[in-house]
Amino acid sequence: MNLKETDIKDFLRRYSVAMILLIMVISLSLFSWRFLRPANLINISLQTSIVAIVAIGMTFTILTGGIDLSVGSVMALCGALASGCIVRNGFPIYTAILLALIIGVGIGFLNGLLIVKGNIPPFVATLAVMAISRGLTLVYTQGRPISGMGDDFVYWGSGKIGVLPVPVIILFIIFLISYIILRHTRFGLHIYAIGGNEETARLAGINNDKSKIFVYMISSFTAALAGILLTARLWSAQPNAGVGLELEAIAATVLGGTSLMGGYGGTGGTVVGAFIMGVLANGLNLLEITADYQRVIKGIIFILAVMFDIYTKKEKKKG
Amino acid sequence: MIEQNNFILSMENIIKIFPGVTALDDVTFRAEFGEIHALVGENGAGKSTLMKVLAGINSPDSGSINLDSEIVEIGSPGKAQSLGISMIHQELALIPYLTVGQNIYLGREPHRKIKTFIDWKKLYKQAKVQLSRLDMDIDPKTLVVNIPIAQQQMVEVAKALSINAKIIVMDEPTSALTDKETKILFRVMRHLKDQGITILYISHRLEEIFEIADRVTVLRDGFHISTSIISDISSDDIVKMMVGRELGDLYPKKNVPQNECVLEVKGLSSGKLLNNISFHLNKGEVLGISGLIGAGRTELARALFGIDTFDHGEIFINGDSVRIRSPREAISMGLGFLTEDRKEQGLFLGMSVRENITISVLKEFSSFGFPFFSKLKTLTEKFIKQMNIRTPNIHQKVKNLSGGNQQKVLIARWLNLNPRVLILDEPTRGIDVGAKAEIYTLIDRLAGDGVGIIMISSELPEIIGISDRVIVIREGSITGEFSREELSQDKIMQCAATGGIDES
Ligand SMILES: Nc1ncnc2c1ncn2[C@@H]1O[C@H](COP(=O)(O)OP(=O)(O)OP(=O)(O)O)[C@@H](O)[C@H]1O
Ligand SMILES: [Mg+2]
Repeated sequence: MNLKETDIKDFLRRYSVAMILLIMVISLSLFSWRFLRPANLINISLQTSIVAIVAIGMTFTILTGGIDLSVGSVMALCGALASGCIVRNGFPIYTAILLALIIGVGIGFLNGLLIVKGNIPPFVATLAVMAISRGLTLVYTQGRPISGMGDDFVYWGSGKIGVLPVPVIILFIIFLISYIILRHTRFGLHIYAIGGNEETARLAGINNDKSKIFVYMISSFTAALAGILLTARLWSAQPNAGVGLELEAIAATVLGGTSLMGGYGGTGGTVVGAFIMGVLANGLNLLEITADYQRVIKGIIFILAVMFDIYTKKEKKKG
Repeated sequence: MIEQNNFILSMENIIKIFPGVTALDDVTFRAEFGEIHALVGENGAGKSTLMKVLAGINSPDSGSINLDSEIVEIGSPGKAQSLGISMIHQELALIPYLTVGQNIYLGREPHRKIKTFIDWKKLYKQAKVQLSRLDMDIDPKTLVVNIPIAQQQMVEVAKALSINAKIIVMDEPTSALTDKETKILFRVMRHLKDQGITILYISHRLEEIFEIADRVTVLRDGFHISTSIISDISSDDIVKMMVGRELGDLYPKKNVPQNECVLEVKGLSSGKLLNNISFHLNKGEVLGISGLIGAGRTELARALFGIDTFDHGEIFINGDSVRIRSPREAISMGLGFLTEDRKEQGLFLGMSVRENITISVLKEFSSFGFPFFSKLKTLTEKFIKQMNIRTPNIHQKVKNLSGGNQQKVLIARWLNLNPRVLILDEPTRGIDVGAKAEIYTLIDRLAGDGVGIIMISSELPEIIGISDRVIVIREGSITGEFSREELSQDKIMQCAATGGIDES
């Protein structure tokens, strides 16, 4: 009946996040002249790209109504494995990277299997895998950073093509692929369907189990990739890399308009969400707010984003 | 004996046992080419279960299925579809945040040369065609959440038709449809039948079955009772076979003296939805509210019960002006509200019958937060007996009960609270005649005890049969009020559709 009203709500739901980002950028640039300097902007995008890549994978799991808490640990483990293989075993760097990615995907497969066949809630299964992966990282690194991978490896995190840092370009490619998967493939549509109503999806002949396992493999793949990029950017693999990153990835996803209940959203919003977090962190740094307070602020923003999601969903139900 | 060849489908000696219930007990069911075959029975008789076996959702414990005289194994919904069987499910199950077109072709998306990629253009073009077969003029790119329930039901129909099935199962497709859409559906059904497609049709509305079906099969308590040609059988025969006994008067009506006003509403308005609504309700009175789907009846009930706010108006209970800001306050003032959407708003599907019935009185039956389980059990058993709720035991999860029995559980919960005013929104939707009669008797008894009852219903015979007084709502305004003596279907329809009665 009130088609206008639902239109406005749809618009709000879809673009509110982009508008927040815009407002933040404008106010920050008014606040601090340093913000708009190219070096700072490139720095923001470099720092954001890693979270954004992880968040894209996270979005897939959240769209199915699941979640992946293991991403931070998978990042650390795969970064360490890639570095270790090069430094300790003398593997060629691309063999090492490939191996780390394969192991990452394997962990995702395990996540999926636990959830689908073991009937363990995603929250619990990935929490356990998070602990296991972190433990393995600590064992493998013996608690010490691994470094000395050589310039060819470091290039993937610190190099540039033109003015753009390599991780930013990789983010762009990953985003494009994710967009095509979600918007143009049957698998993508089925992800939304599963998140919307599992039973209906099953009755439509969709293989829910297979799709879900695949989704967790995607999430772990992006985490592994981000782990390798982070290692390359820092020039060393840190055993405690990616601690707390799952929260940032989830926050970026939810800020980006993807519903925690599944079935609604997309990776475009997620990337914008990640940039909001990045701009915010940068702004807070410029305002000289300490990292501890920044955590508090991030937590509050996360809660607000979830509340917004629940609010708009409720309005929909009534309409 | 019967000639095997005429049958496109024969399900032989099907047995299906759920924990505690034998849902199908050696049922044999056969359907001919190009017939509309109705399947009737009380709530819990096993109709949906039999059809779910056919659609590959439930696997039978024993028995065999022949399609075109060949034995088939239907292991999954996908397999059923590929064998040419499609099903419209009893419960609406579209995916809210996908478009109409995406829902219609879910799992069978038209694809490009490379199979993984969807051909959106083709999908929406085909969806448009499917919708136009049903006279539906909506954009297939609309999200399903944004269309009304009746249209969602039609999308389910479009989805089932798009499979190009040989056998289409329709499990109570009309329970959420208005008359207009029901007519369209029947027209399409006849058309499909002419093309040699077999339709298996479940409904609790016997008029519909006499209008559309060629043959009818009755199930009772998991047994096959009879299959007959529709012209050889009367409505009373069917009812007798369904319930296994003679059914007395469907609408009992005692006359209760009604002169004490319990609820009064004055000038209630809310945006465009409700417009200056005033009425009163006496103790022991059944006030029917009629009108088309979407006229504002549910909105009125929601406003009364404190779920939605309203702009203007006053509510009096027992003569005192009250403000009702939340369902909690409504309940404390003696109001009860049985919502039309029992799954979304009423029941805790994953919880047991006992928990669902007693959740509203848990406080009175506990001390220091610990419930007295034996008392709760007695209470639950009382209701199960009194309302004839079919459940193997009080611990059965409500989601495993048939639709009608779920409704009874919900009514039982409200009765626990001894309300002064009970609002019932479509209380008999999806409920069999036997259970309907039980619910009518219950309403009558409650009224006899002095409870004021507001009954919202789209079924005119029901409204006329049970109400002491009826008001008709159209586009948010009251367009007519009739006492029991002046009631007729025509008058109500006229008020509901055009807003008044011609004085001629
Ligand atoms: N998944 C299940 N688990 C346990 N019991 C079940 C399950 N599904 C159905 N039942 C039981 O099997 C019996 C038959 O149910 P069914 O849904 O087939 O009835 P129905 O004839 O379709 O009734 P209605 O008219 O209310 O839809 C009921 O007693 C029901 O409680
Ligand atoms: Mg049923």
